[in-house]
Amino acid sequence: MDIHEYQAKEILSNFGVEIPTGALAYSPEQAAYRAREMGGEKWIVKAQVHAGGRGKAGGVKLCDTDHEIQAACEDMFGKKLVTHQTGPMGKGIYRVYVEAAVPIDREIYLGFVLDRTSQRVMIVASAEGGMEIEEISESKPESIVRSTVEPAVGLRDFQAREIAFKLGIEPSLTQAMVRTLQGCYSAFRELDATMVEINPLVITSDNRVLALDAKMTFDDNALFRHPQISELRDKSQEDPRESRAADRGLSYVGLDGNIGCIVNGAGLAMATMDTIKLAGGEPANFLDIGGGATPERVAKAFRLVMSDKNVQAVLVNIFAGINRCDWVAEGVVQALREVQVDVPVIVRLAGTNVEEGQKILAKSGLPIIRATTLMEAAERSVAAWKSDTSPNLKAVSS
Amino acid sequence: MSIYLDRDTRVIVQGITGRMAQFHTKDMLDYGTNVVGGVVPGKGGETVHGVPVFDTVKEAVEATHADASLVFVPPPFAADSIMEAADAGIRYCVCITDGIPAQDMIQVKRYMMRYPKERRMVLTGPNCAGTISPGKAMLGIMPGHIFLPGNVGIVGRSGTLGYEAAAQLKERGIGVSTSVGIGGDPINGSSFRDILERFEEDDDTHVIAMIGEIGGPQEAEAAAYIQDHVTKPVVAYVAGLTAPKGRTMGHAGAIISAFGESASEKVEILSAAGVTVAENPAVIGETIASVM
Repeated sequence: MDIHEYQAKEILSNFGVEIPTGALAYSPEQAAYRAREMGGEKWIVKAQVHAGGRGKAGGVKLCDTDHEIQAACEDMFGKKLVTHQTGPMGKGIYRVYVEAAVPIDREIYLGFVLDRTSQRVMIVASAEGGMEIEEISESKPESIVRSTVEPAVGLRDFQAREIAFKLGIEPSLTQAMVRTLQGCYSAFRELDATMVEINPLVITSDNRVLALDAKMTFDDNALFRHPQISELRDKSQEDPRESRAADRGLSYVGLDGNIGCIVNGAGLAMATMDTIKLAGGEPANFLDIGGGATPERVAKAFRLVMSDKNVQAVLVNIFAGINRCDWVAEGVVQALREVQVDVPVIVRLAGTNVEEGQKILAKSGLPIIRATTLMEAAERSVAAWKSDTSPNLKAVSS
Repeated sequence: MSIYLDRDTRVIVQGITGRMAQFHTKDMLDYGTNVVGGVVPGKGGETVHGVPVFDTVKEAVEATHADASLVFVPPPFAADSIMEAADAGIRYCVCITDGIPAQDMIQVKRYMMRYPKERRMVLTGPNCAGTISPGKAMLGIMPGHIFLPGNVGIVGRSGTLGYEAAAQLKERGIGVSTSVGIGGDPINGSSFRDILERFEEDDDTHVIAMIGEIGGPQEAEAAAYIQDHVTKPVVAYVAGLTAPKGRTMGHAGAIISAFGESASEKVEILSAAGVTVAENPAVIGETIASVM
């Protein structure tokens, strides 16, 4: 789960990381008022969206007066900010963060991630702050400092000092740097984060170490023990279909194609999408309905897939292991009688009791296109989507 | 032989009184697995399908000489249960549980290192379908009947995609020595490399099938290992060719975040290491047959 910059800053600040003075606003007027309240001569107005690359997309503005702040905010509120991380739809701006500008001497990149090779928490730092880590690793790979944390003892001060020295931080600021690194690690560890990124971490001309930006991502699997973090979830920043799916216990990712997919198991779901592509089509979504393909889950899945207006065919691919195919087939038939599906439906069942399953589909009287192999299912889906004479499966109310 | 699991393996089920665990315990017993006990704190003395339940893993091991364990414990408590198994002297543990916090798994991995290598537990999973040595024993939730006994070793991250491969093999009359699920989580007990090492040593395994997916470094690590150490033919399939970067595809571990983590990069790295890559999931069985 992602949170906003201002939320990440508040959390990190509670763990001893220094941040500039700032305040949250829900309207242009409030933003201008907040700036006057905090004082100073220059302010930065930052759109609060769950994505990086805000600066280049016009989501960060430097302002000299409260009129400028108000004008900048009027350009932001209610708009969708499109950055290289949001996708073409962009993300809605409903809050801005106003911050007092600080005089910057140096910019540093600082990140904490779960490193899958060492299976530990890894600190990634670079003296080339401000750029994204992908850019840094391409243009200045030698500037990157890495350090892994031994989980039994946590981050040691000597490791933090080592990072500070390697980044060429002035010796008088070593302690401040150690405090920042320790604060981030404690927040990461105690709150079950999967990513903490401060980019840039700045050294000001009056010798302070400040987090100018902050990003935190949390482990969804650990939210049960951090109710205060779960509360920070902002549905306005999520794809509405994906949040609806998550609320129903389905795993869904919307894509740009037009062949909807309903599959059990994440690996098989990805493989099904790949096969559709191979057959000349484009998948409209990733959808894993989980191991138990109950009729209720299949019906929910159809509703979800059909809520995407681009969908022109639906491919159901279920490998029934413990759940028998006949039972899954009944679920599909029941779902198609309940949910209005007006595009061709292709069903491929495999596994236990596959013949009985096929019989149930055939006897239902519904214009279901059946397939036995994965390739055949993908080819028939692509053919059905391309053909105008495809059977029309109108709602059959029972 | 087969790896990790055979007829003599004495299995306990942690969390055996849960609905799902009871169902699969029955299924494993029917398959012929030697399930000798279960563990649920506070339920010692009960029985499930005739199998005695103990309060702790230590008690279960003392009473039954169990050497393998299947963990069905809910996510908040699963890491603790895996560590309990490691401490009680269990040699092989499969964790089915989906949704264990990543930092709990970091602790589990660190904890297992406390024990010298000769008595260190091997963990596969979490978030996997389990391990089966067809015709011998099954430690997991897979449908046993789709696997024929034979000489192909299967290792994969995904449950149903693994079934797809096994079913394609069965259609061709090709059997499996052992099939191991390593799970879809970012921090897992065993990697592809760990399992490849065991298959390379196993006389019953003649061909190895590796079913990977996007995300993480383990397929690339496996490729390097195969190039230098594996003499048996290896066939691979990597799912997620159409997956966009930066999006998690169902499995917590299936997210492309670095170079070498996309499906096409993995295919390239594996091919360069001499692995025969199945181009699409429909030809996994056919590709395996072609190298036998």
